[in-house]
Amino acid sequence: MSKEKFIILESTCIPLPVENVDTDQIIPARFLTATTRQGFGENLFRDWRYLKDGISVNNTFILNNPSFSGKILVTGKNFGCGSSREHAVWAIYDYGFRVVISSFFADIFMNNAINNGLLPVRIPEQNLQNLIHLVQKDPQTNVRVNLEAQTLEIPATGEIIGFEINRFKKECLINGFNDIDYLINARNKIVEYEAKKGLTA
Amino acid sequence: MKAKTLFDKIWDDHVVYSIEDGPDILYIDQHYIHEVTSPQAFNGLEERGIPVFRPSRTLATADHNIPTKDQHLPIKDELSRLQVEKLTENCRKHNIRLFGLNHPDNGIVHVIGPELGFTKPGMTIVCGDSHTSTHGAFGTIAFGIGTSEVEMVLASQCLLQTKPMTMRITVNGDLNKGVTSKDIIMYIIAKLSSGGATGYFVEYCGNTIEKLSMEARMTICNMSIEMGARGGLIAPDNITFEYLKEHSKKVKQSDWESTVQQWKNLKSDAGVKFKREISITASEIKPMITFGTNPGMAIPVDGFIPGSGEMDDKGGDASFIKSLDYMGFKPGEQISGHTVDYVFLGSCTNGRIEDFRAFASIVKGRQKAPGITALLVPGSKKVEEQVKKEGLLKILNNAGFELRQPGCSSCLAMNEDKIPAGKYAVSTSNRNFEGRQGPGARTLLASPLTAAAAAITGKITNPVELMNN
Repeated sequence: MSKEKFIILESTCIPLPVENVDTDQIIPARFLTATTRQGFGENLFRDWRYLKDGISVNNTFILNNPSFSGKILVTGKNFGCGSSREHAVWAIYDYGFRVVISSFFADIFMNNAINNGLLPVRIPEQNLQNLIHLVQKDPQTNVRVNLEAQTLEIPATGEIIGFEINRFKKECLINGFNDIDYLINARNKIVEYEAKKGLTA
Repeated sequence: MKAKTLFDKIWDDHVVYSIEDGPDILYIDQHYIHEVTSPQAFNGLEERGIPVFRPSRTLATADHNIPTKDQHLPIKDELSRLQVEKLTENCRKHNIRLFGLNHPDNGIVHVIGPELGFTKPGMTIVCGDSHTSTHGAFGTIAFGIGTSEVEMVLASQCLLQTKPMTMRITVNGDLNKGVTSKDIIMYIIAKLSSGGATGYFVEYCGNTIEKLSMEARMTICNMSIEMGARGGLIAPDNITFEYLKEHSKKVKQSDWESTVQQWKNLKSDAGVKFKREISITASEIKPMITFGTNPGMAIPVDGFIPGSGEMDDKGGDASFIKSLDYMGFKPGEQISGHTVDYVFLGSCTNGRIEDFRAFASIVKGRQKAPGITALLVPGSKKVEEQVKKEGLLKILNNAGFELRQPGCSSCLAMNEDKIPAGKYAVSTSNRNFEGRQGPGARTLLASPLTAAAAAITGKITNPVELMNN
């Protein structure tokens, strides 16, 4: 699957100040029976979006609050922990998010996100708390994510926060490349390695 | 030569190529797949029109969504059935060995890999499942991956990976009565928190770990991911080699001895520095149970529910309160004596024969509490057979329990084995997330001994109270 190129994104944000959000919350296991990557967005945060009966909309959940919209999810630390299910990333992306901001991400989630063109932006805890409060107070707060410069700019406050990303992964995101293309092109090296190690195919 | 950790030795041996300022191309010796996280990967290959690069290095099983009753009948849920059929079709098309539903070696991927002798020391192992860390018990680098990465392994037998940092957790001393390897790892996770080892690969060592059986070691490595670690591993020793000898097929004695000699080099060099070191005294550990909605929220079974300020880094106040609300618990409350509705014995964490032996040792000669619904699910067909062969089934039946057929079952409740909303389940699985065992279900993670004690008394009970001698 070819990815959209990611360079700069400016958007309002949706705040979800919960810590340790696991992938079972992002997409519950009972929705994992599909055999394609499409359509997971409608079940994103399914059990938080709906009340216990599974049908009535939970008006207190942030995704159901019409004041908040945007392509950036701002959320508590250790986001995406638990199951390795890539369906979690597919659900977030399919719903319309392109960036998730947190103070740290679970490892597998972070790889899955980048492999699908969803940018995980890691910022210090204090900056995260400030951003969450800012967005909660004014849902119109814009955030500009510049992958090239590795910065997150908040025009309302003039704040500019830098973030780290592996250079190789950054290039992949900017150019819309996939790891898989790289690996397929590296097959000669892989075959050489197998021969050197005496591995049988 | 520079001293190296076991992790570094195995990693470095599998680097095909290091990209400057980027990740390594890491060769994968063994790839396991299952029905839930593989179909989109095969679709990807087909869209590209490329074959599986090394089909003999991938093994498949159906485990996540399958029923644990009447497995000879077609799967009732249409989407689950289609997913299992898709796996069968993909394996046939790409010449991949499948231990599917009703195969005599079928079972949970992390139970059958070691059981059938495929997992071996020094290997790199991946699977589209976070509990792949289980295989680290054999001195392997084993970790969970996403579906895009499953596709990469199918296409190239490699992954692009950035080397994680290394952490060593040393456990020394004798264990208290009623304390199992499940309690050791739950204690460690509670100490580090559910994100405390993110970015690390953990090596477990110390004389407590060295005395554990392979199955007990698998339980420890299995839950490494629950503190955020990419994986966990234990250096192979004579206990490992004995297990492998029993579970490997057709090995010549002479070949075996030279292989074991090589495996003996798989250990961290003396004096090597780890990025982080943690030391634990075994006698501090008591039988553990979770009270919240992440595996870091655990206390001793004889303990009290803490307040948000009393635990380090278990999530901010709001997250902590949300968690206790979900569980219906209050700070200061004693956890033992609390009513339990369901008991689940099974999963890749605790669905092996030793877990069934432990459970049976408590329920033997007793009766299941009337209010308890129990789901006893073996991790594989082989475990199921062994439960019958050893006479454990008779003990379980006499105590009022029935045995299910193998699968992941209630651990993630993809099939019909769901815990109803609001009900409390003492579960030997690995995750107590909201809704993990069914929408609204309240999970209390514990060892097979503690699960058995709950099944007999109908309450959260310290298993020591029910243990003989």
